[in-house]
Amino acid sequence: MGIYPYLVAAWLAGVGFYGVITSRNYVHLVVCLTVIQASTYVLLLSVGFVNGGQAPIFADVPSTSVVVDPVVQALSLTDVVVEATVMALLLALVVQAKKRFGNVDPDSVNRMRG
Amino acid sequence: MSQLPPLAVGVPLLVAALLAVVHPLLTRTVSDLVATVTALATAVMCLLMLVHVGSGLEIYWFGGWHPRGNLAIGIDFAVDPLGAGLASLVSVLMVLALVFSTRHLEVEQPYYHVLMLIFMAGMVGFSLSGDLFNMFVMFEVLSVAAVALVAYKIHERAALEGGLNFAVINTIGAFLFLLGIALIYSRTGALNLAQIGHFLHHSGNDRVVVIAFTLIVAAVLIKAAAVPFHFWLADAYAVALTPVCLLLAGAMSEIGIFGLARVYFAAFQPALGGSAPVLRAIFVGVGLLTALWGAVMAYVQDHLKRLLAFVTISFVGIFLCGVGLLSADGVSGTAVDVLADGFNKALLFACAGIIQHRLARLSQERLHGCGRHLRLTGPLFLAGGLLISSLPPFGPFLGKSMIEDAAIKAGYGFVPALIMLASGICGAAVIRAWARIFRGWGRAHEHAEDTSDEETEAEANEAQDRTPAVMLAPAVLLLIGTVAVGVWFGFADLAAKGGQRFVDFAQYHAGVYGAHVPQAGGSSDAPKFYDYLYCGGATLIALGLAALSLWGARLSRRWNDLTESASALLLPVRRLHSGRIGDYTAAVALGTGVLAALMILTLN
Amino acid sequence: MRPRYIIGLVGIGLLVAALAWAATGLPAFGHYNQAYGRVAARDAVPTRNGTNSVVITSFDYRGFDTLGEEFILFVSVTGVVVLLRRMRSAGREEDSAASSGEIEEEDMRASTGERWLGAAAVGPVAVLAAYVIIHGQLTPGGGFQGGTVLMGAAAFLALGGESALMLRIRGSSSPIEIAESIGAGGFAAIAFGGLIAGGVFFFNFLPYGKAGLLTAGVVPLDNIAVGLEVAGALLMVTSELFEQRLRGGAT
Repeated sequence: MGIYPYLVAAWLAGVGFYGVITSRNYVHLVVCLTVIQASTYVLLLSVGFVNGGQAPIFADVPSTSVVVDPVVQALSLTDVVVEATVMALLLALVVQAKKRFGNVDPDSVNRMRG
Repeated sequence: MSQLPPLAVGVPLLVAALLAVVHPLLTRTVSDLVATVTALATAVMCLLMLVHVGSGLEIYWFGGWHPRGNLAIGIDFAVDPLGAGLASLVSVLMVLALVFSTRHLEVEQPYYHVLMLIFMAGMVGFSLSGDLFNMFVMFEVLSVAAVALVAYKIHERAALEGGLNFAVINTIGAFLFLLGIALIYSRTGALNLAQIGHFLHHSGNDRVVVIAFTLIVAAVLIKAAAVPFHFWLADAYAVALTPVCLLLAGAMSEIGIFGLARVYFAAFQPALGGSAPVLRAIFVGVGLLTALWGAVMAYVQDHLKRLLAFVTISFVGIFLCGVGLLSADGVSGTAVDVLADGFNKALLFACAGIIQHRLARLSQERLHGCGRHLRLTGPLFLAGGLLISSLPPFGPFLGKSMIEDAAIKAGYGFVPALIMLASGICGAAVIRAWARIFRGWGRAHEHAEDTSDEETEAEANEAQDRTPAVMLAPAVLLLIGTVAVGVWFGFADLAAKGGQRFVDFAQYHAGVYGAHVPQAGGSSDAPKFYDYLYCGGATLIALGLAALSLWGARLSRRWNDLTESASALLLPVRRLHSGRIGDYTAAVALGTGVLAALMILTLN
Repeated sequence: MRPRYIIGLVGIGLLVAALAWAATGLPAFGHYNQAYGRVAARDAVPTRNGTNSVVITSFDYRGFDTLGEEFILFVSVTGVVVLLRRMRSAGREEDSAASSGEIEEEDMRASTGERWLGAAAVGPVAVLAAYVIIHGQLTPGGGFQGGTVLMGAAAFLALGGESALMLRIRGSSSPIEIAESIGAGGFAAIAFGGLIAGGVFFFNFLPYGKAGLLTAGVVPLDNIAVGLEVAGALLMVTSELFEQRLRGGAT
């Protein structure tokens, strides 16, 4: 199991990037960004895992038990919220793109050249 | 006094939320007033912090969570002169931008003001923060606000595209930043910059540190828009509202460079300091490439704001050269240049905004000769162009001199010449624009491609026949600021002390963990006599190139052939800026990959 | 398009290889052994009497980050609302004939069964949301999670066919928008309260209690503020996009 989760994170990042580069649909592009985001929290959470550790919530386990790292979980929570809101903003722009350009193909809308 | 750091961020956030709560009761005037006063209060707080900290270091722990032994449990703000200085620059620019947008700008109140205040709070927080994840959060605060502000004129196709490109590329940057944070957290168990540095001091360099550094550098270079991560910037700055451009060009690009410097000196220096010569080469190389690329692209632009956007990119290259020298002199020179050129670029954007307000167009071709009756804006624009080419003895001249001195001291003697070339070409582009627009010189219909100007409207419904004072006053103040930075004696010494403090890791670490940090020493002997030659040379290049471009065809037929072949050579480079998000992302991927490969090969 | 794919693949290949190379230098999965996590986990109960150390970490030790996160949410929703409204008002000038006036309420009513199910679900889900929010410092959950569930309760209205109600939410001076801003402002105000009451921004100034709901000082209040804000924000975004769909704007 040694470094598998980290490799998964690297792979997700690569796949997400590839999706963004080759995307022909803005909605698909935004979802590929979500895939890259997935790689960040897979990496964060797998960095904090402790073998045999419980969730760091002591409501029903004694406070001396082995738990995983709560700090990375707090970081991931922030990560998820932040990126969810960014996706919302991006999708609002995509909705407008559909309205203004008539389609959502990123390669067809370029007004900015040179 | 000691509570100022959190207030500088907390007050704008609270006021923004309050504006949103009571928005049915607000009128445009009230919103403008409240926002401007809040920005002014923040500026005053940042300036007070700057004065109070002198050239020392003050730490503020949130929630009262002081470190336990070596472990920093809470988040801190580490206020040092350069951080406080950047925060002051940001808030002062925001005040001027809000004044500029008073009453005439076509915006929805109070949402526009809410976005601007939060934008400012994010930038101030980023400048003062001493915790890596907190820097990421502030980075995202300012990015999201900036996206909303860039895409504000959403019914314009160009604005929509610019906003989308900006949002996607910056989000990718944020993810790279997070990956870097995850790696460095795993290695060091710390998120506080000083604690990371302390750990790395003992454990040294290894694979994880190298890649973490690469990812964080890539993320901040995306924000700063260094080549090849820069493609989004021209699209975004060309379409944003003018007050937003003031801030983007004057502060946001500089924030990226500041982030790079802060992360290196406060966290990674103990591990990577041994490889400083290699890192220096990489950063200076990227910086020079960016400076020249930006300058050349600026020179061939027709759309005024896009031209200024490429000037911004070029100057980011110069800043990157400055901090990339990884020395106190380089950092202090960049600090002075950021201040002076920040004001300078904001001045130029303000003039562009006035042109847009009065004439409802931004294409040089269509504006040819139309600006003759703008009697105040013309001289302001010309002054801005001359200052861009580092006319001695004013602000940008001082900044570039300090950077050039630092480069020579570090053994990079060829850097000043290239900086001279870049500033000269940028200056030529701006001065030529002045001549075309405000004087009607040169031929009326050059073959410049029109890039997305058809939809440029005045930002207030239709072309107006008077330039309002709220637009002229900030422009004049910005000019005074740019000039003053160079003329005020002793400023270079202050910056030198600030740079000394910034690069000193041992004192930074001691200060974060509670020791008292003494005032730094240091002085600068800029400008030296050869700086006058370099910078004067840049101005001459600017004037000469502008003149040749305007009248060269009349002097010699060979000039036409020369420009034709130069344009042909340049076409592939221009085509790279295609407006397609896939191309931009491919460039980011390639840039990050190549950077990683370079770092792996050289830092191991 | 082809050159872009090649350049992109080269870049991605290098990036993934670099990440994998770095991964070989990381401690093996499951061997996390750093002090910060241990201290955060061990300290939550003794110092703050709260049992959910993740929430204590994000609202107390690193409360300032959460303030930033709240405001990212706030500014993003403000951006969405502003942009979509501008788009609609610009669009209204352009295609005057296309969009009809008010949407007929009768057209959007679903069957009686759907409406009963939707209405029946709202109550329990709202209670669940309140539970998750208030018990944030004790059990898994907290403001963000509970706020999303609260928004889900409102979503049942739409699912139950009460689309007109969703549209009415969206009005310009709607209580939802104000509630969302109060949530954001409330969080900032609590931070300021820490400054006034304890001398430090974000100081946890309420009594920590012994066990049960009123523990961990200001954390329950923070959770409520966050829950309010998240629910309001998600509702606003959903109803704005909903309106786009209904007005036929996206076709």
